[in-house]
Amino acid sequence: MEKQKVLELSLAAAKMRRLIVDQVYAAASGHPGGSLSIADILAVLYWQELNIDPKEPRKADRDRVVLSKGHCSPGLYAALALRGYFPVEDLKGFRQTESYLSGHPEMNKVTGVDMSTGSLGQGFSSAVGIALAGKLDQKDYKVYAILGDGEIQEGQVWEAAMSAAHFKLDNLVAILDNNNLQISGSVDKVMSPYPIDEKFAAFGFEVIHIDGNDMNQIEGAIHKARTIKGKPTLILAKTVKGKGVSFMENNYKWHGSAPNKEQYEQAVGELDAEIARLEKEVAAQ
Amino acid sequence: MSELKKIATRLAYGEALREFGADPRIIAMDADLGVSTMSAIFGQAYPERYIDMGIAEANMAGVAAGLATTGKIVLIHSFAMFAPGRMYDQVRNSIVFPRLNVKVVGSHAGVTVGQDGPTHQALEDIALMRALPGMVVLSPCDANETRLALRAMLDYEGPCYMRTGRLAVDQITQDIPGYRFELGKGCTLRDGKDVTIVATGYMVAQALKAADALEQEGVSARVIDIHTIKPLDQELLIAAARETGAIVTAEEHNIIGGLGGAVAELLVENHPVPMERIGVRDTFGRSGDPASLVEYYKLTPADIAQAAKKAISRK
Repeated sequence: MEKQKVLELSLAAAKMRRLIVDQVYAAASGHPGGSLSIADILAVLYWQELNIDPKEPRKADRDRVVLSKGHCSPGLYAALALRGYFPVEDLKGFRQTESYLSGHPEMNKVTGVDMSTGSLGQGFSSAVGIALAGKLDQKDYKVYAILGDGEIQEGQVWEAAMSAAHFKLDNLVAILDNNNLQISGSVDKVMSPYPIDEKFAAFGFEVIHIDGNDMNQIEGAIHKARTIKGKPTLILAKTVKGKGVSFMENNYKWHGSAPNKEQYEQAVGELDAEIARLEKEVAAQ
Repeated sequence: MSELKKIATRLAYGEALREFGADPRIIAMDADLGVSTMSAIFGQAYPERYIDMGIAEANMAGVAAGLATTGKIVLIHSFAMFAPGRMYDQVRNSIVFPRLNVKVVGSHAGVTVGQDGPTHQALEDIALMRALPGMVVLSPCDANETRLALRAMLDYEGPCYMRTGRLAVDQITQDIPGYRFELGKGCTLRDGKDVTIVATGYMVAQALKAADALEQEGVSARVIDIHTIKPLDQELLIAAARETGAIVTAEEHNIIGGLGGAVAELLVENHPVPMERIGVRDTFGRSGDPASLVEYYKLTPADIAQAAKKAISRK
């Protein structure tokens, strides 16, 4: 990837991170940690890789994204708003009674959301269904399912994985946000899903390891997944939970809690500095 | 009663699905029970649109939801114990909440499953599905009604649940003058003035036999077939309460949360009259031959007739 492109995607991710923190602070609830960890993945998908058109959000041949870890809606909403699916201003209503931006994504309310998710494990099955429909109808869209590493403790994930390989769904790419933290602590201490790569490989997936906060590696993995034939791909993305906000990084307590005013101001200070730095670098190129 | 041979509603369902199956939007899925649910009859005719998901019901529900987002009409099948029993959360959150066009079809409902016993006798499925906002709940009584219910379910855009039975049952509705099927409308199969028996599924035939027996004793019983438990035909049921002054519900389901619960909720708010509920009385089933289980759980025409007399005596 060209340096300019890396900078642009990094800027998009930084803006998303700012909006994630804004949403969770305004709502005084929500899930910042896992939203921040997937911002770079969302940037590569929504700004570069997906065949989508915000002006035609239900286009039949579009690529789909299923946020199976639906609690990370602030990340998805930030991406969709910045890409023009709905006004950025609306993010202020996140989780509020009058708003359409629920705690978990709703396909019938939020333009650009391809599947309602929130009950963990279920989105992955739905992604398998959308990919299966693509095969049955001989369409060439891709389906990207974003899963959490705690989420894969759900048995349904493995039922879905078995079926994805059985149906040879090479149009399905699972991206696993491996930040190693869930609501109660370390994933390996709560109920270890490791070795994740060997498990998915045994279930019939092509497994690609990446640093999920590195634009080049994310892009490389998505491009490689397109070349895999006859089986689905798992991109095992090692990420930092809370990425971009110093005091939230690698701290499970930020899985599902909102910052107070002081913490919010610190977070915004850090993120705005990063946005300013990236804008300057982009302009200098 | 018709002299036609008995047919299980699951068999009538499978044959009707094959009959209506030419629509290319239709996808049928099963969780390794296609030869029991009879979805395999569709599969033989349309193998390219029939998908066995293996013994993984939760995933089947989710995959169905994904397929439905692309405009397909997806029917998912298993025993009612597992579809919807095992996949309640998936049906709720991935299918009914997003209002996707998925039809859950549970066969082997009720105690007439017989020898397989309590782990395979769904007695709570109607209650589970009825509590979901916007869910349509169907419980046809015979082969003809099952076919018509399937047609209506395919024509309706949105989530539905249909329960079918394992046991071969009498064919009733094709012989009733004026019978016609409409989603959400009950059918008065027999008129009467002293009491109304409101029945669903397997219990409709039992209710008609009970009405015959009551007639011998000089009691005039109306029989209403409720094939659509949700949305419930409120107008027909309130009129029956007003006109006959006593109600008996009859279902092969727990008396809690099913047809009896639905009718009680309706009447207590609109036109309370003495009411008795025939059904499984808040317990699990047991192994046994279907006929003996029907007696064991007091689901016979004699039990219904007795409940009718009790309701009348309470007027």
